[in-house]
Amino acid sequence: MNIIKKFSLGVLITLFLSFSANADKIKIGTEGAYPPWNSKDASGKLIGFEVELAWTLCRYIGQQCEIVEQDWDGMIPALIMRKFDAIMAGMSITAERQKAISFSQGYADEVASLAVMKGSDLEGMDTPAGINLTKPNAGAKKALKTLTAALAGKTVCVQTATIHQNFLDSGDVGKVNVRTYKTQDEVNLDLASGRCDAALAAAVAFSDYAEKSGKPVVLVGPTFSGGAFGNGVGVGIRKDDTELLNAFNKAIDKARKNGDISRIATKWFGFDASM
Amino acid sequence: MDFELMINSFPKLLNATLITLKLLSASLIFGLFIGLFFAILRVNNNPIVNKFAYGYSYVFRGTPLLVQIFIIYFGLGQIEYLRSTILWVILKEPYWCAIIAFSLNTGAYTSEILRSAFQTIKPGIIEAGQSLGISKKIIFYKIQIPIAIRQSLPAYGNEIILMMKGTSLASTVTLMDLTGVAKYIISTTFKPIEVFIVAGGIYLFMTFIIHNVIKFLEKKYSY
Repeated sequence: MNIIKKFSLGVLITLFLSFSANADKIKIGTEGAYPPWNSKDASGKLIGFEVELAWTLCRYIGQQCEIVEQDWDGMIPALIMRKFDAIMAGMSITAERQKAISFSQGYADEVASLAVMKGSDLEGMDTPAGINLTKPNAGAKKALKTLTAALAGKTVCVQTATIHQNFLDSGDVGKVNVRTYKTQDEVNLDLASGRCDAALAAAVAFSDYAEKSGKPVVLVGPTFSGGAFGNGVGVGIRKDDTELLNAFNKAIDKARKNGDISRIATKWFGFDASM
Repeated sequence: MDFELMINSFPKLLNATLITLKLLSASLIFGLFIGLFFAILRVNNNPIVNKFAYGYSYVFRGTPLLVQIFIIYFGLGQIEYLRSTILWVILKEPYWCAIIAFSLNTGAYTSEILRSAFQTIKPGIIEAGQSLGISKKIIFYKIQIPIAIRQSLPAYGNEIILMMKGTSLASTVTLMDLTGVAKYIISTTFKPIEVFIVAGGIYLFMTFIIHNVIKFLEKKYSY
């Protein structure tokens, strides 16, 4: 009896301590599967641009943080259900997401691109280097037409619930056969196996994969920004959490002014992706 | 609760249920043949044949269905040699990969269900056949198999329900089945509870139908 009492008291104290320790910590959710934005090292530790940036921002906010892992397709529901307080997971600021959550100002921006395996007949498309879809100019419209013709009947693979899927679903490049995957890793695997004629994601996601796997993955067509691709990547925060939103906005201001964001971005991306 | 979303997503989910039913029926038909084949091998007296059939059911019952479908879809897709063979025509399609994985999985369970049914047939029934001068082959096909199928109905009904729920894993290899479409709707509305309740309701309804069909068959073929 005595042992049981002591044991339950011990459990209660531990629970209490863990709750009180968590009470003033900001919990930040990330995916840990989208290098170089966020990923895991061999020991399972979360690493990447956003993980390092998160620690920096928390220092400026002056509060303790904890970074937790969450599958990409449940990221926004998990935030709403208070499993964590902020999202830093390479999540672009889009009008669609803003219906459900708030975003801080953007801290980084990165273009999207199509990728194919070397030798694909989609190589060598005649398009401008980059197009912006917010107010597409004549060149961008022509590029979309070229893409529509080239991708007709092709299978294009994307990670689910991403701006890349939204873009393909939007019909801007006609009716392509869209195949969705839970993680970018799986998209890369099926691109390499030949099940996908092309894949669409952040351009760095493909160059990172090509470099690490040694597979002949090449970027084709224009790089995309604006429109369905959103306006940069920001911190996702619950709508009623304005205090935290302001804290993050101020912290991003400070980090930008001190050059932290460009320094960390250059370290992980190989170029300055900060904004 | 967003009831409007629940009502709006219902037709889309119902449409996706067709894929679920296609996957389920194809897997059950293939699985039944595989199961029957391996059950017959299991009751064979040759130890090599016997062990081979046992090994098959041991491997497929001893590993998670998710792992099996991943090995067949992502695993086989990585073997370059395979991609140059005619097999790739089938393995390239997530639909067939899912059916292969589901069929092999349900086949393993079905073989065990049928094997135990074969072994519970009373020797007296077989002896009665023999005393009437019926050949061994005919006893097997006309007496043992029908009795075994009747014996295994309750357990097989369970297996159908388990397999029906197992088809939800098809969404992990890009198929837009009931679960896949539910996840897609959630990814644009960010409301998992409402959508999953509707999807769960459809699964429950399918279970209800399967359960009652099996119950009816049990009654019809009771002896």
